Amino acid sequence: MTAEKTSEFWRWAESAWSDPGLAWDTARCITAGVDVGSVSSQAVIAADGRILAYSNLRTGGDSSGSARRALAAALEAAGMSESRLDCCVGTGYGRVNVPFAQRTVTEIACHARGANFLYGPEVRTVFDIGGQDIKCIHCDENGKVTNFLMNDKCAAGTGRGMEVFADLLGVPVTEVGDRSFEFKGAEPAAVSSTCVVFAKSEAIGLLRRGWSREDVLAAYCQAMADRIFALVKRIGVKPGLAVTGGMAKNRGVIDRLMLKIGLEPMRTRWDTQIAGAAGAALFGQAFCLKNQ
Amino acid sequence: MITAGIDCGARNTKTVVMKDGAIIGKGLAPTGFEAARAVEDSLDRAMQQAGIARADIRRICGTGSGKNAVPVADGSVNEIKAMARGAFFFFPSARTAADVGAEEGRAASLEERGRPLDFAVNEKCAAGAGAFIEAMARALDVSVAEMGALSLRSEREVRIHAPCAIFAESEVIGLIHSNVPKADISRAVFDCIAGRIAAIIRRVGVREDVALIGGTARSAGLLVCLQRQLKVRQVLAPPEPEFGAAVGAALCAAEGPA
Repeated sequence: MTAEKTSEFWRWAESAWSDPGLAWDTARCITAGVDVGSVSSQAVIAADGRILAYSNLRTGGDSSGSARRALAAALEAAGMSESRLDCCVGTGYGRVNVPFAQRTVTEIACHARGANFLYGPEVRTVFDIGGQDIKCIHCDENGKVTNFLMNDKCAAGTGRGMEVFADLLGVPVTEVGDRSFEFKGAEPAAVSSTCVVFAKSEAIGLLRRGWSREDVLAAYCQAMADRIFALVKRIGVKPGLAVTGGMAKNRGVIDRLMLKIGLEPMRTRWDTQIAGAAGAALFGQAFCLKNQ
Repeated sequence: MITAGIDCGARNTKTVVMKDGAIIGKGLAPTGFEAARAVEDSLDRAMQQAGIARADIRRICGTGSGKNAVPVADGSVNEIKAMARGAFFFFPSARTAADVGAEEGRAASLEERGRPLDFAVNEKCAAGAGAFIEAMARALDVSVAEMGALSLRSEREVRIHAPCAIFAESEVIGLIHSNVPKADISRAVFDCIAGRIAAIIRRVGVREDVALIGGTARSAGLLVCLQRQLKVRQVLAPPEPEFGAAVGAALCAAEGPA
């Protein structure tokens, strides 16, 4: 159990982006939304209700430091100083640790609001599958939450569970989705254990029995899809489905999940991980206008 | 009459050889991925310790999650009954028995003669099983035995909030980074799993005495936390508690075919 790790397969590339065409010098209201999750942190800067810049970083051991780092990266991408911000809103699991935020809003509200912006007002159901929880949110045409359900007690079906598998199999987490379709012959049956700890032992057994890494990935992605489906069917899925969070980028899980649900998910040109921070920035906008 | 009980668990396979109600040999082998091999190995070790040959054993009874992989057995007994018989063998005063191994946890209320009245099981989640302690010991970079000793030296109560072993591991790493002493983290780990085990026990009702068998009962740190959480005088554990269910199976074997 003390084997040297040659690489960190769970690690994904951090990023920052800005819209070069959006002028903000004359903007009435510039706000920031910072979403501090258990695994990743994002900051979005919005000017008059449009996204100007964002960052997407890994959450470190200290959440307030991660929040600060995310905001700094987004500000740098926008070429803006912090003093230009009219309002900053914190959200996510670590929202209480965003010391520079004037307000905090729950991640449920922010994801619905953010999905409404990123995917359009047709969104009625949001699956947010993040590092440490799974949420299924129903919302109206304004991105207002009408109902939701979440699992934040168990790693099964979450991004953290997927990272554990990426590490176990030595497959970069960003390649898991594609590799999970490269199994030979018939698609393997889903891993039977729900618990990630037990699924890991089960996977080691399968590898010893000669399964390829692709076979095991297929079996695990299917198990994750089954797990997420079991949760979301308790609340139901309305057409106009947006998938947000890091797992939205893993087609190994999402394609299998959609097959079970029988729906095509909506598409977006935005990074699916910024939905919470985008929602927070837009809430900031509303607070800001109210005070003006 | 000489009988053997073989408990084929998720982590280890344990064999106990008994003669007329007394233990005369014990053997343990890691279950690994060849349960049948582990069964043979643990049985060989137990027979060697007892100084007997295979032909001396009248009956063999299997139990544990891998009991169907015990081809040498004449029959098998479910884990609840094996636990109840094993715990009652060591502690006739026990009215509540729990068995927590590497991957499963179970509890039963016992009547005066040791028969189970009601039971509850967790086999779905590592947070209430020994695998949790092992994972946390790895995160702390100490052995499970060291973690037990460390926890007893804790001077300050810290809490692990995550109910999931995977999330708790991140939390433990966070505590290490915040320079919380390993002793306090160790106690937090045992408090956490004791909470899970206590929850299973409460489902069958807490009646004293409470006895714990299974590999996790080796840890005095866990017994103390469990005693505190159940608000009982003490939690009893036999020496080498991992053999508890195998003892129960050997006793069942002595009763003949079920």
